[in-house]
Amino acid sequence: MTAFLVVLVIILFGISVWQMSRIFQLAQKKPINHPEIASDKDNNVQGYLMMGFLAFIYILAIVSFWLWSDTLLPESASEHGQEIDNLMLISMIVIFAAGILTQWLLHYFAFIYRGNKTRRATFYADNDKLEFIWTIIPVIVLAGLIIYGLFTWTDIMNVDKDDDPLVVELYASQFNWKARYGGNDNTLGNANVRLIEGVNQLGVDPADPNGQDDKIVTELHLPVGRKVLIKMRSQDVLHSAYMPHFRAQMNCVPGMITQFAFTPTITTEEMRMNDHIIEKVANINRIRQEKSKDLIANGEAALEPYEFDYVVICNKICGISHYNMQMKIVVESEEDYKAWLAEQPTLAEQLSK
Amino acid sequence: MSAHAQVHGVEDHHDDHGHHHKETFVTKYIFSQDHKMISKQYLITGLFMGIVGILMSLLFRLQLAWPDHKFTIYEVFLGKWGAEGVMDPSVYLALVTIHGTIMVFFVLTAGLSGTFSNLLIPLQIGARDMASGFLNMVSYWLFFLSSIIMLFSLFVEAGPASAGWTIYPPLSALPQAIPGSGAGMTLWLISIAIFIASSLLGSLNYIVTVINLRTKGMSMTRLPLTIWAFFVTAIIGVVSFPVLLSAALMLIMDRSFGTSFFLSDIYIAGEVLHHQGGSPVLFEHLFWFLGHPEVYIVILPAMGIVSEIMATNSRKPIFGYRAMVASILAIAFLSTIVWGHHMFISGMNPFLGSVFTFTTLLIAIPSAVKAFNWITTLWKGNLQMNPAMLFSIAFVSTFITGGLTGIILGDSALDINVHDTYFVVAHFHLVMGISALYGLLAGVYHWFPKMFEGRLMSKKLGYIHFWITSIGAYGIFFPMHFVGMAGLPRRYYTNTAFPYFDDLADINVVMTVFAIITIAVQVVFLYNFFYSIFYGKMGPKNPWNATTLEWTTETKHIHGNWDGPIPHVYRWSYDYSKLNKDETDYVIPGQDFIPQNVPLQDNEDELDH
Repeated sequence: MTAFLVVLVIILFGISVWQMSRIFQLAQKKPINHPEIASDKDNNVQGYLMMGFLAFIYILAIVSFWLWSDTLLPESASEHGQEIDNLMLISMIVIFAAGILTQWLLHYFAFIYRGNKTRRATFYADNDKLEFIWTIIPVIVLAGLIIYGLFTWTDIMNVDKDDDPLVVELYASQFNWKARYGGNDNTLGNANVRLIEGVNQLGVDPADPNGQDDKIVTELHLPVGRKVLIKMRSQDVLHSAYMPHFRAQMNCVPGMITQFAFTPTITTEEMRMNDHIIEKVANINRIRQEKSKDLIANGEAALEPYEFDYVVICNKICGISHYNMQMKIVVESEEDYKAWLAEQPTLAEQLSK
Repeated sequence: MSAHAQVHGVEDHHDDHGHHHKETFVTKYIFSQDHKMISKQYLITGLFMGIVGILMSLLFRLQLAWPDHKFTIYEVFLGKWGAEGVMDPSVYLALVTIHGTIMVFFVLTAGLSGTFSNLLIPLQIGARDMASGFLNMVSYWLFFLSSIIMLFSLFVEAGPASAGWTIYPPLSALPQAIPGSGAGMTLWLISIAIFIASSLLGSLNYIVTVINLRTKGMSMTRLPLTIWAFFVTAIIGVVSFPVLLSAALMLIMDRSFGTSFFLSDIYIAGEVLHHQGGSPVLFEHLFWFLGHPEVYIVILPAMGIVSEIMATNSRKPIFGYRAMVASILAIAFLSTIVWGHHMFISGMNPFLGSVFTFTTLLIAIPSAVKAFNWITTLWKGNLQMNPAMLFSIAFVSTFITGGLTGIILGDSALDINVHDTYFVVAHFHLVMGISALYGLLAGVYHWFPKMFEGRLMSKKLGYIHFWITSIGAYGIFFPMHFVGMAGLPRRYYTNTAFPYFDDLADINVVMTVFAIITIAVQVVFLYNFFYSIFYGKMGPKNPWNATTLEWTTETKHIHGNWDGPIPHVYRWSYDYSKLNKDETDYVIPGQDFIPQNVPLQDNEDELDH
């Protein structure tokens, strides 16, 4: 019924607007020439508006940076991430320079060459030299970016086994993450979804000796400064393990094992002391306090204050609770990491319970 | 029948075009084989789908800006999924999925290319109709059928497809994974399969028409850039759409007949599925082999339209005609070998990532050439600021802004951290969503008199529509880059599960407010459009003083377009402001354009373009 009424109101509103405009239409005098084709006056006004629009986009960009640059990610907490950030900065400078220049030319030309009855356009059909110039400049700039990008990409993706990375499995399912450590031998036992049974939720092969000392946890702890090779599996649909603070991401694909390696360089404690993070967290807590006031007024529980933690979050649509698929990551010293890991039960212990 | 008429028209121009039949309401307005009517059918169906798609975006923008607020509007439009004004997470995913599907396929592919290819190909090349009027009609009605099925899927009990417009399996294959992957997904696949058939019939028709039915003198290098763009778009469509059809068929088989093309090792809802050996990555390859060319299928027609409108309203030839054609061809070729840049972190071999980075960044070169050529077209022009011209200028602006962020995303190393975040959403909305819509709107304002027998749309309402839309579009999508750079993934129903993202609430509100304003002002356009169909002021036969052949046709629509013989063509389509040999006046004194059907004059030099 409400739907019907809403539709009815919309229709009636439309009709009234239509009728009103007809009245205005009839009340107007018959104009001369072709009133719907741009006149010199229109060209003039629209030309000035083009310059106004140019100012708008520049101001929008400046205001956005001024208001929101504190929302951006802090410095990279991984080794390769610094390379990515560097390349990002260079690319950003290039595209901002190109954008500012071309937008200015476009809108300025639209303004300065706005038409009138006396102006005569220049018949200027082509110029091979100009075409060459603006083909070769992008070629050179892009060649630089491509080469830098490809070296960075290859460095990130090629994992050197000699580095003796810590091997950790990241296991995705709707809608949570688990992690599996290789245990003392740093080797993961074979696993398959067909072996999932009872507490063996990751389907680790109970017959594989490598799997006996594996440790399955729901919080990822990483020692600082050591390369970690993350092997990823998914048990149901596509997920994507996104660790924005480490500039790391890889899809988790059912039926195959994907991987991503990185070296964490900043511990959780150190990152909490980072100026950018201190400011960001303070801002977030201010927002949460404001919200809590409203909640308390409505008789609901207040929001808890926020403390920074690294997270892995799902970044490939995976179902209804996709928006809340997360796991905490703790980066800590080698000793703290070892102490934490020693407390975790091995798979053999869990299975024998 | 019309093909027969064509042959007559081309071979013997003095023959009277005497093939008029008694037309009934049904043959004229519904099962019409006339390309002008079919183009209007495409446009109006496309606009209707556009309204549905854009209103969906309004609903999920409200949810994103005010996740804790209850909106009665949800209950009105979403029924059980919006009970008590709270949006259900599953319907949020359904909305983004169907919004993407409708906008990409139904609005920007069929609504843009379908409308203007149909309208302009015969008119601008000097043909009496498409090569096959019948197939053209079938193409439209298949599109109509697929639209109906897509809309119908919104009403199935478990909800429409919700796996994202890219419908990656296993999510899209398993109803256990998400409710929308049941009947809703089946209907989605059927609808798209029919859509592909429609698109192929249309494209083949466009290709054949452009190759065979050009009037005497209309060599390929005299074609307006619109026709080049539609022609190449049709070729890309024929090359890539069948691959999507095969992917859709395999997905149907995986879903319904127990095959394992895309599925392997799955444990869901407490049981192991029998599927073994398939790969979701294979689906991604097949999907993006269409999916990437698809964005060029969307943007090339807009580029063609913009080139044409910009030259006409600048009263100047398009700068670098041959470079423009070459860049269309280069973009078309490259578009088929860059699909892997959607899959850098899909688990495919990193070496492939390197290859696709290389090919992807190459595509920036022809794109840059086009942008510079448009800017130079404005230089020293005599710009007539009609609404179509404003939208064309804005097209270049958004295409540049969106294209530049493509340099970030096309670089595999940088893509790692912005992949699937709002940075991507901002990028593609500017570069192909907003830009292509500007192309569509520019085309509607410019060729409205051709579509609706001489009537013009209101200029004033056009200006209001333009300025609010162009400010709003940047207002929505520029701040969105920050949300992506902050690390927020797309397709999140709400980000309140992560206190870390709490400080993005302000940006979301700003974007939504701009979205509401921008969407609201489209009502002005719709009013202007429908009002002008019936009551728009009659304009002159050639309102924009354009050189192309469509303005030599009768204002009143007749079957066969020209009452008399088809005009011959003696020059390219960009002789604007060309001076005579002495440079004292234009070639035709007092007239700054020379229509294509005017023979070479004694007082002008023949130029090689």
